[in-house]
Amino acid sequence: MIHPSHFGAVVLFALFASTVFGITMRDKPRSMFRYGAYCFVLFVGSVIVFSWVMFFIAR
Amino acid sequence: MATTPTKTSAAKSSNQGFVYLPLIAGWLVPGAGHFLLGKWVRGTLLAVSIIAMFAIGLAMQGKLYTSAQDILDMLGVAGDLGGGLLYFLCRAFGLGAEPVKTTIADYGTKFIVVAGLLNIIAAVDAHNLRTGRKSS
Repeated sequence: MIHPSHFGAVVLFALFASTVFGITMRDKPRSMFRYGAYCFVLFVGSVIVFSWVMFFIAR
Repeated sequence: MATTPTKTSAAKSSNQGFVYLPLIAGWLVPGAGHFLLGKWVRGTLLAVSIIAMFAIGLAMQGKLYTSAQDILDMLGVAGDLGGGLLYFLCRAFGLGAEPVKTTIADYGTKFIVVAGLLNIIAAVDAHNLRTGRKSS
């Protein structure tokens, strides 16, 4: 059994989902990689932003 | 209306054989639809991503949805079924049968559902490649 941290779970989720999105949503390998990286950054970036938002709301 | 030679050859090749085979194979085994079409690298990346996500979800003590008591359970079953043989094998071997007790286990349940949904996207992509709707 594995128990990743919450952020570790987010990074794993973003990595796998971005890989599939990149391959299936674009035609050329270069654009696939760029779109996958874009999705990964949006996944992880949005989690960081909303985490800070929730941190300040909870105070 | 004139068609380009590329489109004509793609249309000819798409008319040969069972057109839904990559879709069905891709649903049953992640990446298999792309393997059938000779897209080895893409198929491998898809297979690794989807199988790893499913396996990590199980390792996080995620639950497999087995019955549809309410609308959320129905959606969970639909997502899990997207995993194809992974779902049926895990059901057969009794994996993912424990109730969710921790937050990480709840994340694992979501990993399993999303792995199934991603597998459906990958299978539809293989179908689009087969029919020529997606160029390459």
